[in-house]
Amino acid sequence: MTRAKFALGLALAALSTAAMAAPERWQLNMTPGVTATSQDVFQLHMLILWICVVIGIVVFGAMFYAMFKFRKSKGAVAATWSHNTTAEIIWTVIPVLILLGMAWPATKTLVRMADTGDAAMTVKITGYQWKWRYEYLGEDVNFMSSLSRAADEARQLGSGIDPSTVDNYLLDVDRPLVIPTNTKVRFVITADDVIHAWWVPALGWKQDAIPGFINEAWTEVNEPGVYRGQCAELCGKDHGFMPIVVIAKPKAEFDAWLAEQKAANAPATDAVAQAPSAP
Amino acid sequence: MASYATTDHHDDHDHKPTGFFERWFMSTNHKDIGTLYLVFSLVMFLIGGAMALVIRAELFQPGLQLVHPDFFNSMTTVHALVMIFGAVMPAFVGLANWMIPMMVGAPDMALPRMNNWSFWIMPFAFALLLSTLFMDGGAPAGGWTLYPPLSIQGGNNVAFVIFAVHMMGISSIMGAINIIATILNMRAPGMDLLKMPVFVWTWLITAFLLIAVMPVLAGAVTMLLTDKFFGTSFFSAAGGGDPVMFQHIFWFFGHPEVYIMILPAFGIVSEIIPTFSRKPLFGYQAMVYATASIAFLSFIVWAHHMFTVGMPLGGQLFFMYATMLIAVPTGVKVFNWVATMWRGSMTFETPMLFAVGFVILFTIGGFSGLMLAIVPADFQYHDTYFVVAHFHYVLVTGAIFSIMAAVYYWLPKWTGRMYNETLGKWHFWLSTITVNVLFFPQHFLGLAGMPRRIPDYNPAFADFNMISSVGGFAFGITQLLFVWILIDCCWLKRGAKATQGVWESAKGLEWTLPSPAPYHSFTTPPKIDDRMLAHGDVTH
Repeated sequence: MTRAKFALGLALAALSTAAMAAPERWQLNMTPGVTATSQDVFQLHMLILWICVVIGIVVFGAMFYAMFKFRKSKGAVAATWSHNTTAEIIWTVIPVLILLGMAWPATKTLVRMADTGDAAMTVKITGYQWKWRYEYLGEDVNFMSSLSRAADEARQLGSGIDPSTVDNYLLDVDRPLVIPTNTKVRFVITADDVIHAWWVPALGWKQDAIPGFINEAWTEVNEPGVYRGQCAELCGKDHGFMPIVVIAKPKAEFDAWLAEQKAANAPATDAVAQAPSAP
Repeated sequence: MASYATTDHHDDHDHKPTGFFERWFMSTNHKDIGTLYLVFSLVMFLIGGAMALVIRAELFQPGLQLVHPDFFNSMTTVHALVMIFGAVMPAFVGLANWMIPMMVGAPDMALPRMNNWSFWIMPFAFALLLSTLFMDGGAPAGGWTLYPPLSIQGGNNVAFVIFAVHMMGISSIMGAINIIATILNMRAPGMDLLKMPVFVWTWLITAFLLIAVMPVLAGAVTMLLTDKFFGTSFFSAAGGGDPVMFQHIFWFFGHPEVYIMILPAFGIVSEIIPTFSRKPLFGYQAMVYATASIAFLSFIVWAHHMFTVGMPLGGQLFFMYATMLIAVPTGVKVFNWVATMWRGSMTFETPMLFAVGFVILFTIGGFSGLMLAIVPADFQYHDTYFVVAHFHYVLVTGAIFSIMAAVYYWLPKWTGRMYNETLGKWHFWLSTITVNVLFFPQHFLGLAGMPRRIPDYNPAFADFNMISSVGGFAFGITQLLFVWILIDCCWLKRGAKATQGVWESAKGLEWTLPSPAPYHSFTTPPKIDDRMLAHGDVTH
């Protein structure tokens, strides 16, 4: 009982927290995320969810009423009608209107999400089996990002290491992607071998990384923080082991970070590129 | 009439062939072949279920405890192929074999020898598929959708899975041709198209879907085969091809396939709910037209499975709107079932329980389907456990619940014995509770950010995964009760003798035959009296 209450409390807390960087225990719902887009998506999700809940209550309510009321054991005598044109027109037209009400906000959000113009900077993301490469276009900074060493040890079959003792197990990388806050960042996304998908829930979207093709997406993060995600398209043996970490820093801190990367760039890149991948 | 053609090598119409081999391997009898299909389906259901339990056991807690990630991926891949092509589709074909001739007043299927062939391809197809589990390099592990380039990274298993899919496709197409030929040519005089039972209608439409899309799947996998073994580049960008083109072709098959697995289910519950409500089906014609509309729409919504591949905005909008439209005819069906129950005189025997469970739980799957249609929200849901929850609600509590409902509903007609009603009710309640414990928490996992097809996860996802796994094992064990009920009824014959009508108010030609139904259903066309049909008076 207490455990259930504790869970419920946590769940409610999860629902009310504005921004969440990583999943929480007993989390029941999507989070609003940290971008205007992710918040639009969250609102759309909640709108449809509540519409479905209301329709469900009406339809299942009618069913359960019928099942309790019109039982043979209660002496119910079956009617013989099997047709009612008015009712049929009503329950065809009303769903159409509800759908129009859903399609309108969905279209508006989608059009906004598709507009990748006016970005201040572009990051190229390349998926590999089983890590990510981030390339700051025009900045001569690029590096590989793969599963953190601690998680990689713990995740081996029969490792004997309790995953709960590893910080951000399977959601932590050696070198995170760093982006500035309050800046429209454009991503061009592709892959080197098979299809992957780049997904950070707090940003509100995922986008497939397809070998030979380039997809576009964008984000503008408002709150500094660390945001975690994972590859979302089955890409082979270690699909579950190529997480994504995005650190959003205020513009000045980001500029300092970028300058530092440029300074250390060539050797650091090589070292990471040659680091052995997970066995 | 056609009845002569089907009985040409049986000297005596009333006697089954003697000898096990002749009876089961050389059978041209729709009932025997229907039984073969249903038994095959049950075996595949148990094999696919065992694979699901491997998956749920590994996901019971974070960390890898039992299997390597590669084997885990093989389990998700083969589980899906076995359940879709081995369990659900053959079960519906088996039901069609048993019931359609009896429902339209025919002696047998129109093409009995092809019927034998279309069944006997299946065990070989699945032997090929399952043999890959024992090969070097293991079974296919690229997902049942076989997306390249990943799927062709596999070894020889690629050829095996592709030939298995080809054989399943040939079997399905032959089954579909047989069903169409039977329905269009073998109806007894007076059984007009718009007097046919809804189950027959849904199967007629499903059969056309099968003929339309199985060749598309065959084409898609053949291109995979030549890409892998003969140096073509249909799906390789490096050679001028396009990996996304595979997804378009695959889902042009795959979406109608979804309806292939649910339209016959709609037909089954449309038979059962009126019987146990003791009231005619509400809106028979609307049901038929809604089925046809869903079938048509199923051809123009395929890309909603791939909203994240980077389609143009216009494409995303088109597929979103078209997908949302499917909610209208599907809604009509649900409302009609509720209206059928309204002012009825209901009893709740096991088939009715499963049918009611179907309506409620399938509708929940429909709601999450509507949510998935909304493109911006789908960018979040796509490839997460939310999708896993969605399609298991429509396939397990949808398709499989309807199959169980159908088996309980017609089993007395097939065997001449009642099944154990108490155990049947236990089976329903245990299944319904455990299946929700199994799949409902997966909605939460997906919304919290857990991707599909991963063998290990962050401990934040541990609690709901553990609950889901407990539900999975309980659901799996519950199905052994179903196997026992079938053994008890079919083999040990311990149930009471079934009457001709079996259920108090069941209507349709199958209930005019004795229980068990004779080996050759209607050797002469029955004289049809509209009052014995469920939909004899369509203007009513």
